[in-house]
Amino acid sequence: MSDDTDKSENEAPLEFGFETRAVHAGARPDPVTGARSTPIYQTTAYVFDDVDHAADLFNLQTFGFIYSRLTNPTVSVLEERIASLEDGRAAVCAASGHAAQFLAFFTLLEPGDHFLASKNLYGGSVTQFGISFKRLGWNCDFVDATNPESIRAALTEKTKAIFIEVLANPGGVVLDLEAIADIAREAGIPLIVDNTLATPYLCRPLDWGADIVIHSTTKFLGGHGNSMGGVVVESGKFDWTQGGRFPTMTEPDPAYHGLTFYETFGDFGFTMRARAVALRDFGPSMSPQNAFYTITGIESLHLRMERHVANAEAVAAYLDAHPKVAWVSYAGLASSPYRELAAKYLPKGAGSVFTFGVEGGYDAGVKLVQGVELFSHLANIGDTRSLILHPASTTHRQLTEEQRAAAGAGDDVIRLSIGIETANDLIRDLERALENL
Amino acid sequence: MIDTAASPLPAHPLVYADAELRGILKHARTIAMIGASANWVRPSNFAMKYLQGKGYRVIPVNPGQAGKEILGETVYASLADIPDRVDMVDIFRASAAAGAIMDEAIAQKDAKGISVVWMQLGVRDDDAAERGRAAGLLVIMDRCPKIEYGRLFGELSWCGVNSRIISAKRPRMRP
Repeated sequence: MSDDTDKSENEAPLEFGFETRAVHAGARPDPVTGARSTPIYQTTAYVFDDVDHAADLFNLQTFGFIYSRLTNPTVSVLEERIASLEDGRAAVCAASGHAAQFLAFFTLLEPGDHFLASKNLYGGSVTQFGISFKRLGWNCDFVDATNPESIRAALTEKTKAIFIEVLANPGGVVLDLEAIADIAREAGIPLIVDNTLATPYLCRPLDWGADIVIHSTTKFLGGHGNSMGGVVVESGKFDWTQGGRFPTMTEPDPAYHGLTFYETFGDFGFTMRARAVALRDFGPSMSPQNAFYTITGIESLHLRMERHVANAEAVAAYLDAHPKVAWVSYAGLASSPYRELAAKYLPKGAGSVFTFGVEGGYDAGVKLVQGVELFSHLANIGDTRSLILHPASTTHRQLTEEQRAAAGAGDDVIRLSIGIETANDLIRDLERALENL
Repeated sequence: MIDTAASPLPAHPLVYADAELRGILKHARTIAMIGASANWVRPSNFAMKYLQGKGYRVIPVNPGQAGKEILGETVYASLADIPDRVDMVDIFRASAAAGAIMDEAIAQKDAKGISVVWMQLGVRDDDAAERGRAAGLLVIMDRCPKIEYGRLFGELSWCGVNSRIISAKRPRMRP
């Protein structure tokens, strides 16, 4: 039963389309049983052939499984699939998007190091970077990345990375990815892109010069609001030796008998170190069950994203014309100041998460989120179901009015994550709730 | 991976058919590893041990270690000193050293039965490759046989690496 007899000797490796890879990448039939769907390897540990095999595995001299905190065959399928969809070299999954960010920065930074992040970020990332990371000695400054030159101006000797969301949560802002990647390359530091809102179906940041992509797989990749997860993907193209600025990659690791990750593993050395050091020592691994749900979700990513975008465009256009709606911030609207950047980086659509302002401020916002019937009132995005949130009265309630406005969570702001239901049903639901304001 | 600082790689990437790499890994049973290190945390030592575990005989070539043993195999000072047949020469040296090793492989080709010269990840010498091909050798550059073995036969996927292999056939874990 050969798997390669149909290929001629001189044939270049076949390239497969995004949709084929969404279904197949990383997931061949099980080699032992032939099981076609990826089995859920619900196991914590794996037997060694003998003590030498065990030693080889612990020393990273051979490939194989030791313990599911590090690697698990179901999770591996998801890692390879996302690496493929992002046009990356390798990926490592984590328990959540926040855990993925921790793995990436722990692999990059020393205490006292610095990185720059766009101001237009998911609020949870702002808190993680600005408050919790600071306690580890990792210092983040937030910059207005809508003006890429403000990033260049904020670079310091200790700056080791630039972090952005290309399509920024909550959705209305698109950054000039290529220009920012140029700045990072000139500075000799990696550009990290949180691609959660766009997904690789709408935008592949590594193709524009980014070095690392991060996702909360909890959102559109899993896509069904049922499984937590995160992932770090590396391009394999970043030169970690430049400037001697990344000792975690280029200097001998004492916990692995002096092994040097970049020299030993080359273009997947970052992923190996994120796994073999950060995941090993801090432990935020993804469960095989969640990996299975996420693998299954990704198989329909391309179909879902088309419908998410079509529905979001319809709902945004409807709201844009509604007299009780003050403004709509959706990069897919012709009136958006980001429409040109969206056309360049998100030609298949500007995602399905956006905000709008309701006339009547705080009270109207509360009444609207409680008045809808079909939209789910909760704090998540990227579900098959349509979701609604009034940040001022929920996620940002503890902040002052001024802080809320600065965070893009002013009193009138409503955030929507448009699902894949019938668009007219979503519009009718919003229409009834707006009528009752 | 080899120190490439002294000899940056040409910009265009090399492309090899998976079938060609599979064929080499299936037919080459004895590999002369030029630059094999006795230090067990060096990448060459890792690669040698891995390939031994997959059933290959790996003969180390390293003038500084000649006469000693690495991983149970006698070390030779040069390719010419190896008394046995060699199917493949694996160059674990900087690119600048690859040309001379290629010329020695060409000279020893018939005596040793050499059919493949494989340069490690980060090692590339296009002129040497041309000489090798003209002499009838298969030449691979800027790849690691350990990593390619792992990629083609499924193990590299276990650590989240994109193998770029899409297939609905049950995978074989050996060549």
